[in-house]
Amino acid sequence: MQAQSSVLPLSVSDLGFETDGRALLSGVSFSLPQGGITAVVGPNGAGKSLLLRLCHGLLTPSSGTVRWAAGDGVLGGRKRHAMVFQKPVMLRRSVRANMDHALAAAGWDAGSRAERSQAALSRFGLAALADRPARLLSGGEQQRLAVARAWALAPEVIFLDEPCSNLDPGATVRIEAMLAELAAEGVTLMMTTHDLAQARRSAGRVLFLDRGDLVEDASAETFFDAPRTAQARAFLRGDLLW
Amino acid sequence: MITVSSTTSTVDSGLFDSILPLFSARFGIDVRVVAQGTGQALDTARRGDADVVLVHARAAEEKFVAEGFGVARKPVMYNDFVLIGPKADPAGIKGMSDVAQAFAKIAEKRIPFVSRGDRSGTHSAELALWRAAALDVEAIRGPWYREIGQGMGAALNVAGAMGAYVLSDRGTWLGFKNRGDLDILVEGDRRLFNQYGVILVNPAKHPHVKAAEGQIFIDWLAGPEGQRAIGDYKIGGRPVFVPNADAPGA
Amino acid sequence: MTFTDALAAALDLVLGLDPRFTEVVGLSLRVTLSAVFLAAVIGLPLGALLGIARFPGRSGVIVLVNAMMGLPPVVAGLLLFLLLSRSGPLGSLGLLFTPGAMIAAQTLLVLPIVVALTRQTVEDLWTEYRDHLHSLGMTGARAVPTLLWDARFALATALLAGFGRASAEVGAVLIVGGNIAGYTRTMTTAIALETSKGDLALALGLGFVLLVLTLFVNGAAYGASRIGARAAG
Repeated sequence: MQAQSSVLPLSVSDLGFETDGRALLSGVSFSLPQGGITAVVGPNGAGKSLLLRLCHGLLTPSSGTVRWAAGDGVLGGRKRHAMVFQKPVMLRRSVRANMDHALAAAGWDAGSRAERSQAALSRFGLAALADRPARLLSGGEQQRLAVARAWALAPEVIFLDEPCSNLDPGATVRIEAMLAELAAEGVTLMMTTHDLAQARRSAGRVLFLDRGDLVEDASAETFFDAPRTAQARAFLRGDLLW
Repeated sequence: MITVSSTTSTVDSGLFDSILPLFSARFGIDVRVVAQGTGQALDTARRGDADVVLVHARAAEEKFVAEGFGVARKPVMYNDFVLIGPKADPAGIKGMSDVAQAFAKIAEKRIPFVSRGDRSGTHSAELALWRAAALDVEAIRGPWYREIGQGMGAALNVAGAMGAYVLSDRGTWLGFKNRGDLDILVEGDRRLFNQYGVILVNPAKHPHVKAAEGQIFIDWLAGPEGQRAIGDYKIGGRPVFVPNADAPGA
Repeated sequence: MTFTDALAAALDLVLGLDPRFTEVVGLSLRVTLSAVFLAAVIGLPLGALLGIARFPGRSGVIVLVNAMMGLPPVVAGLLLFLLLSRSGPLGSLGLLFTPGAMIAAQTLLVLPIVVALTRQTVEDLWTEYRDHLHSLGMTGARAVPTLLWDARFALATALLAGFGRASAEVGAVLIVGGNIAGYTRTMTTAIALETSKGDLALALGLGFVLLVLTLFVNGAAYGASRIGARAAG
């Protein structure tokens, strides 16, 4: 048997999730191959964030499966997918200590940690802030640290939940540029966004969710220019907005 | 190192602080004194939490030995009880020579009286005096009779604060600093005599008891050196305890 | 007796450095700090686990721990006394009337405070950190060190509360320690003794010294945690 070198593609089939008897997500199937930026869009409550959490393994599906091509998403002892949350979680420590903590938790040994941490800080323009308490950074800096912290773990896939929702336009542009760079390097990105302009700017593929159903799965171009379904058309017009 | 369970009177009066260093220097044995009421001190020894008991309630001591908890009782010293009260003396008992009569007058006039109420040696002496006055304290008790359930010093503090009468051992009274308006009103009656006895806890009951060291302590206490140390202890120039290890029938 | 007398007595004690006095202060600190240390070693992880674990009966455990914060010291002392007495189940340890018994008693008093306050603090922090730590594969007990470390300044306050309870109590140490001169006599039992001897000035003087010590410990801990909190954000 040939050794697998990638956990991708990710196959999601007939995925469902319910709490208290209410179906929040049902019958969602798609495949996530290596590369590109996939935007998950849809009205509030459509289940976008939930879908990401299920894919990342933070929640257990009520039905259906989330299957990685290899090792349950883990290869060489390391989890190969990471996640950035809408409100970045900043530990009550310095920027560098936040980085070190994530690396240590993910199983990096002390020797390689320092180097990796420094590389991530430099790459994302955080080196000068390394000794500042993370919680005193600006919103944009915190989100950059969250992305850097995810990248440091060397994942194949990064899930991002509304990475720019709390940011001003300048910080948003900066994050988008970083994501584009990561995608260019071959990191697979899947992010939720309520900002359709951002989806159009960044994504190559769009998953459109409505009330827990995956309604459209199309290239960004097709989705924005020639949506197949009436729901998507209404959503894009702003009819069904939150 | 031995543990002695004794009464608040021996500790509060400062006797042990004075004599124990002499013993420890002579034999190299540390003595740790836990001060409780006589009843409680005997209970502590009964449970095996002490090696030696030094208390003052002869009947209870003899019962303790008879039950097999103690090896033998040895008399050590005595002091006496004194009837303390406010200088104004609302019961008019100052200078009486018959303590039972003084008790009767306090009860008759319903003047506040503080009772230890803690099964201590002083408490049982107090109860005996009510009986000597032919009074049933359970029957006549009223708001004037205050059982506080605490040690001698605490009882003196309470009596001082509310202008009450109280029975105290002389040693604690002499060492007591917060006298305020209190003074000795009745003393010297034979019935106020307060004998202390020392008992080694029976190693047959509690094998961990340090019998050899405990016996050394008892022999020293009842011997010429200990007896002299007890007699030499004075507060304000007045002896507090009278050694009488050799007195017959004590 | 006036407050001036008491203040003078306190000054005499401190300036005179009477070895019997320093011994009492030293024992008080040793007993209380050991108890707080033990309660921290046991209570911090326990409280953190209680904060993040979900199990049937959890609410009951939380109510119980919270209620134990109000355990009367005398009752704690009595329970331990019966356990440690030569005639009790742990009598063979020979701990009764020793500083060890006093440490155990105060640990019993401080532990519920540490557990309850740690539980509350860690539970709040866990709500904030859960997704991130889960994402890093830190679930259950593996998350505890991170949570305790990041809650360290709030937890310092919990330990101080415990220190306050232990250093102020007299009931438990009196019962299991026996107030033996030079061996198990602490500040509070000495205060009780001097009160019963009627030396109210000395008792209050000791009280002043205890108060100043407590102020000092709290001030130092507060200052340290303020500086640390500023550095950690």
